[in-house]
Amino acid sequence: MIASLQLDLSLTVSESGFLAVLAALVVLAWRLKTPAVWPLAALALLAVFNAFFTVDFFELRWIDSHLFGIPIDILKNGSYVMLLALGMTLVIATGGVDLSVGAVMAISGAAAAVLIKEHEAPFILVLAIPIAIALAAGLWNGLLVSIFKIQPLVATLVLMVAGRGVAMLITEGFRPTITRQYYAYDEFVYIGNGFLFKLPFAVTIVAVMFAITALLTRKTALGMFVESVGDNDTASRYAGVNARVVKLMVYTFTGLCAGVAGLIYTSNIRTGDPSKTGLYLELDAIMAVVIGGTALTGGRFSLLGSVAGALLIQALTTTMLIHGLSSDQALVPKALVVVTVCLLQAPEFHRKIRRLLPAGKRRAA
Amino acid sequence: MKLRIDSKYIPLMASALVLVGLYVAGCAAFADRNFVSLGVIAKLFSENAFLGIAAIGATFVILSGGIDLSVGSVVAFTSILIATLCFDPALDPRQVGEVAQLLPADWLPMHPLAAIAIAVTLGTLFGTAMGCLIHFFKLPAFLVTLGGMFLARGLAFMIRIESLSIKHPFYAETITNRLNWTPIDGVQIPLIVFCFLGLFAIALYMAHFRRFGRNVYAIGGSEESANLMGLPVAKTRILVFTFAGFCSSLAGVAYTFYMAKGDSAGAGVGLELDAIAAVVIGGTLLSGGVGFLAGTLIGVLIFALIQSLINFQGTLSAWWTRIIVGVLVLVFILLQNFVTAASRAQQKE
Amino acid sequence: MNAKTPKLLLEMRGVSKSFPGVQALADVDFTLRAGEVHALMGENGAGKSTLIKVLTGVYPRDEGAIRLEGRPVHPRSTKHAESLGISTVYQEINLIPHLSVAENIRLGRQPTTFGTLRWGQIKRRAREAMGRLGIDIDVMREVSSYSIAIQQMVAIARALDTNAQLLVLDEPTSSLDEHEVAQLFDVVRRLRDGGLGIVFITHFLDQVYEISDRITVLQNGQLVGEYLTADLPRIELIARMIGKDTSEVEAMEHRPRQAEAAATGEPLVRTESLGRRGSVGPIDITISPGEVVGLAGLLGSGRTEIARLLFGIDKPDAGKITVGGAEEAIHSPQKAIALGFAFTPEDRRDAGIIPNLSVRENIVLALQASRGAWRTIGRKAQREMADRFIAALNIRTPSPEQLVKNLSGGNQQKVLLARWLATEPKLLILDEPTRGIDVGAKAEIEKLMASLREEGMAILFISSELEEVVRDSQRVFVMRDREQIGQLTGEQITEPAIMHMIAKHKETGDDDCVIAIGPVPDGL
Repeated sequence: MIASLQLDLSLTVSESGFLAVLAALVVLAWRLKTPAVWPLAALALLAVFNAFFTVDFFELRWIDSHLFGIPIDILKNGSYVMLLALGMTLVIATGGVDLSVGAVMAISGAAAAVLIKEHEAPFILVLAIPIAIALAAGLWNGLLVSIFKIQPLVATLVLMVAGRGVAMLITEGFRPTITRQYYAYDEFVYIGNGFLFKLPFAVTIVAVMFAITALLTRKTALGMFVESVGDNDTASRYAGVNARVVKLMVYTFTGLCAGVAGLIYTSNIRTGDPSKTGLYLELDAIMAVVIGGTALTGGRFSLLGSVAGALLIQALTTTMLIHGLSSDQALVPKALVVVTVCLLQAPEFHRKIRRLLPAGKRRAA
Repeated sequence: MKLRIDSKYIPLMASALVLVGLYVAGCAAFADRNFVSLGVIAKLFSENAFLGIAAIGATFVILSGGIDLSVGSVVAFTSILIATLCFDPALDPRQVGEVAQLLPADWLPMHPLAAIAIAVTLGTLFGTAMGCLIHFFKLPAFLVTLGGMFLARGLAFMIRIESLSIKHPFYAETITNRLNWTPIDGVQIPLIVFCFLGLFAIALYMAHFRRFGRNVYAIGGSEESANLMGLPVAKTRILVFTFAGFCSSLAGVAYTFYMAKGDSAGAGVGLELDAIAAVVIGGTLLSGGVGFLAGTLIGVLIFALIQSLINFQGTLSAWWTRIIVGVLVLVFILLQNFVTAASRAQQKE
Repeated sequence: MNAKTPKLLLEMRGVSKSFPGVQALADVDFTLRAGEVHALMGENGAGKSTLIKVLTGVYPRDEGAIRLEGRPVHPRSTKHAESLGISTVYQEINLIPHLSVAENIRLGRQPTTFGTLRWGQIKRRAREAMGRLGIDIDVMREVSSYSIAIQQMVAIARALDTNAQLLVLDEPTSSLDEHEVAQLFDVVRRLRDGGLGIVFITHFLDQVYEISDRITVLQNGQLVGEYLTADLPRIELIARMIGKDTSEVEAMEHRPRQAEAAATGEPLVRTESLGRRGSVGPIDITISPGEVVGLAGLLGSGRTEIARLLFGIDKPDAGKITVGGAEEAIHSPQKAIALGFAFTPEDRRDAGIIPNLSVRENIVLALQASRGAWRTIGRKAQREMADRFIAALNIRTPSPEQLVKNLSGGNQQKVLLARWLATEPKLLILDEPTRGIDVGAKAEIEKLMASLREEGMAILFISSELEEVVRDSQRVFVMRDREQIGQLTGEQITEPAIMHMIAKHKETGDDDCVIAIGPVPDGL
């Protein structure tokens, strides 16, 4: 199951390079006092482990003037969770949760595949229609939560149950593959497989979405409203914040993120697969957000932390894959990590630990 | 004389109506194709017995105000564990999974009953562990059981990635000889249905005739009040999740008899959602405190009927089931919200 | 009424309890006799709930002795207290709504045979329990299908079903209408006559005089005194509760007041017969620019409810609100804010501050919300605003980025005030702005009110501290038991006047219940 680990103490140039960069990021995060410091530190630790125990982990190669390598794979494969985590961060910050993001990814991917294969649609429609559907799904969730006042867990569960059925409906049960002969093939495949500035295009998409989200939340008052509503819903309403609209917006935005992620995934595997697309990714997204420092109860959020958390999860998974675990077996460490992190964050846990400490230590604590 | 109906019965009555309506519709639409037959009804039960078993555990969890997302994964874990333990390495040494390699050679193959006992015990303890985490550290149930879902599925994969058929003679015998009861020609009622109905009866008894059951309702209705009343909240909650773990692993056992194999990847995928859907459609409030086991039975039957109708229809794809179930869940949730709001308004008068 | 042959049921002597930073109870005595209804009264923070929690085992006491029928007891938990014979019925009905009446009464203690519940017995015993209260209802129906009054009876029946000798009723009448209160009191009298000792916590004056045999008054964690209801004139009770001596009250000088003549000009806000069923009403008040209107009354008299109606948090069932001459339907805080209203709630912690946001963010929140999300107030402008208010209101904080939850109560209140002042409101509604803050901060806030008034703001000032209301208001509306009972303007506003207004007996117009101790003061 787990291949024996071989220690290799020499550091190659690229290994040193990566370690140095990560160390710098950790120090920067520490100085800026952002919660992202924790996942970044964990990433750095993981990098150290890989530098010594995993052969060629940090090797980068140039092929066709594009950059390849394991770190690049991590960035690319982690793009889905990074995108989902962006929306999930805002939803969790308002005190809610969205379990339907995986299903929405499936719907969006299915729509794109069918548009290309069955309808020979122009690229612009292949982009626009799945996104529109995803936005509608997000809006649907938002309406259920803010207007009908249904618990977020329950409201998004509905789409989680029905969503893949809708995706199946769109593909009529098939898994439409997209091959060269179809009209929008080149442009579409570029999304998941193309390169921009030497890096996979997916990374650029994530960067752009991150920028948009950051601008929306920090350059407008939306970020403050989201934190306010999540921290104290009543007081926010008394202060005149329109909590309903805020919640509506964050769920819709999450739908958008899931839609984009679905497009990238479908482009990557060149298939619209209603049952596999986005499967179990909602937990990864929630995990990334929690690791990144946003509390499940809502309030202050950190986009940077969530993205770092998503990268950490992807790096962990990749490391485990290389060392012989299958991606499904990797679920075990992931689950343990999630429960541990939540436990560490839980105030009840702190209370119990404090009670165990001897009285002297307790007073200092 | 005005007939006063407690508001909590309304969703249950609605479910019953839906069930009857669906059945009548089916009879009307497919009368020519033998829809109206005992065989069909028997099939409804037999094909969904293992969903039913899982849903019984889920009902108690939801009644107590929680939720359990780990059901399907525990089914998978149980099934592959049993399959691996029953495996005879002498038959095909290559097939043995890594975990089985760790066990002393003469332990395998185990008698299925021993394997079942081990698997069910593990599944039950798994539930206990989740219940403890949820209660003592006040972690949200959805998160702990979501983690549990991943953990159980991952452990199943660690036991063995591919599925494994069970060729142990005990299974073969039971399945062919002792399993089916055929009262009338063409009507097969497998043992599993009796298990389900038996469990249902026990659960019914526990819910309505034991303090434990009433405490479950109390905690779901108002945990604060339950605490103030001095009810054993911790014990009850942990017991609820323990029982759910037991039901999930029992469903896994049912799966092995049904499919004669253990499957870490394919077993129970989405089962937790189906179970929750059955419970909700059966009239139990997702917030807890209100609901009926009878409702869950109705919910399971509705689920089964929808699938059956789609089968009979022939042209609609099977995933319509998911969509219809999702829609029904939504409708019932909205109904529940509406009824709760209405009864609160009525109280003010 | 057995005032003569009391069997001493409960004796609490010298009980003290403190929490970090606050002495909740200091050397308090309390006795209860069998077959008596003993009212426990006091304004907010007086220590009533702490005393009860010590009695029922929620908190351990620091000092003092508790004796039940002569035996010393140390209740460790509510369950333990119950086993000792002390039962409590809380203000929020602690029943399980969707279970039947019978179940609620016997939950956790159901009779069983080898673990199986015996429903026949459960039903029978429940009916017996309700019968002891003189009530005959279908015990198998859901408890939530009955009115609050009946639910209360069920809660009482449950509490008594454990062979209780002592029953604590914590604010049992808050949600009941007149008729239901009468029903409850019938039951209480019946129980009392049966030998039960009942502690009755309430702030409704009329009810205290109607049902109780003796009254104990607490103030600021200390015992003010224990009295026979029949021998205590209302005016004296009120005086005790706010911590004054009756002689003090009579001899009170006309204290120097800020107020001059009431403001002239069109009222900014006027309400006509404004009311909400089960909450408060009918209310007729006016507030004009440049004046401070005080709402005076004891705890629970309905003042916060008026504020909530004005600010759009609750919707009225009756009456109307006119703002600047035009009738307005205020259905949300946003609408109220758009009309120029501002509101600092009583419950600072749950409804006021956003604890994990910084001082700066808390201050700019309302203003930002009124501008929407897109027209942001730039970081620099926010910083300037925060600095300005921190200086102006003397908010003690290490920096504007400090999280508000780390500030002291007084400074949190100032942050809230700053938030609303930033919106430049026309009407500022202050609900208990000086509660729980130190003397220095209190004075600052009062001074601030005065200067805002001079600049032309209209202020609605709700406070339980009479001297504040008297000192700072130009006009005072007096509330009692959820109704408006009077108005005082200018020279009329004095503490004795307000107290007498509250004390006036509903039917007879007397100040006193049965016997007057001294001469009724002149001029009223």
